[in-house]
Amino acid sequence: MSLSFAECSARERIALLFDEGSFHEWLPPSERVTSPHLAQLGLPAAFDDGVAIGRARLDGHGVFVAAQEGAFMGGGVGEVHGAKLVGLLRRALRDRPRAVLLLAESGGVRLHEANAGLIGVSEVMRAVLDVRAAGIPVVVLIGGANGCFGGMGIVARCADRVVMSDIARLAMSGPEVIEASHGVEEFDSRDRALVWRTTGGKHRYLSGDCDALVEDDVAAFRTAAIAALNGSRPLTLAALEREHAGLTQRLHDVADDEDAVLLWQRLGVREAAQVPDMDVETLRSHRPARGTQLAG
Amino acid sequence: METLTYRFAGAQRLPTFAPVLVGVVASGNLEVLLEPAASADCSFHIETSARGFGTIWEAVLRDFHERHGFQGARVSINDMGATPAVVSLRLDQAAAGLKKALP
Repeated sequence: MSLSFAECSARERIALLFDEGSFHEWLPPSERVTSPHLAQLGLPAAFDDGVAIGRARLDGHGVFVAAQEGAFMGGGVGEVHGAKLVGLLRRALRDRPRAVLLLAESGGVRLHEANAGLIGVSEVMRAVLDVRAAGIPVVVLIGGANGCFGGMGIVARCADRVVMSDIARLAMSGPEVIEASHGVEEFDSRDRALVWRTTGGKHRYLSGDCDALVEDDVAAFRTAAIAALNGSRPLTLAALEREHAGLTQRLHDVADDEDAVLLWQRLGVREAAQVPDMDVETLRSHRPARGTQLAG
Repeated sequence: METLTYRFAGAQRLPTFAPVLVGVVASGNLEVLLEPAASADCSFHIETSARGFGTIWEAVLRDFHERHGFQGARVSINDMGATPAVVSLRLDQAAAGLKKALP
């Protein structure tokens, strides 16, 4: 029976995605390593500061895992939350697991913690690149209702592999942020179809920002995660320049005020106007060659 | 924020067990951490964003304790304005999780 990845909590995702009973948590809730900032603002802390980290087995392979809880402060990265992610990644450099998997669900920096959260996210980015440079693949799985935005959106695109469901979203500024700063004429955050055309899993898959598109199903995420274990990408100047050239080309492909459908057409997607109605399997067969080029 | 603590004498002595965490700290929700304790009673420690509901907390916790009567347990709660019904359900969810965690 299909089980929605989006509807699971961070801990349920860990329990269901990895080999049964294999998760060993570091800094578990009973350690009470909580935010030093929230109480001053009159907000309750969470015992795990919204992220569970540890080691587990995936199809028998020893891996490291972090899962963000989107229901707690929108998965926002606070000081402790960020430090847990960085600690996990640095430990990976020492212990060399088969891969590091980040089950991302986050609005980005937890603004209540301001600079501490910003520094935390930048440290996570650096740590992700260090782990990649050591030849250990970093895989980001995005499938929560809160999507993956802000600093965590950047973290995701620093990884070797990104797996998304069709209901997942990945971007820098979220819809409400764009609307607040540029006006509703620029971006109507209540237009859900627009939001998903612009940030959703299908769009990211067609344009090559994510590598695998799956159904909103825990078993589908597990299969894609196992497939991504061999997904290390070269972290070289040549590879980065290739990616930058691809992104520059994309910028030329679409004018400022155009809709994602036009970009899909220019990328060579057949029946681009029908994309929002396609199921995941059909959509996979519509991925243009240029989308896969950027994905590498 | 308000911090509340309660203690009730229990009858069902619990062996040591792995801590149980249920729920999340979200609007109208709470997390409950159930842990073993050396004490002869069951203690409750609550951090809540809603001030002035101490008597209701005590009634809900007493209800829970009458159902389970744990002895040697520590219950810690981070609450973001959950209703009494939600608190009761989370507490029972933790107790159900404990049954699985017991050796």
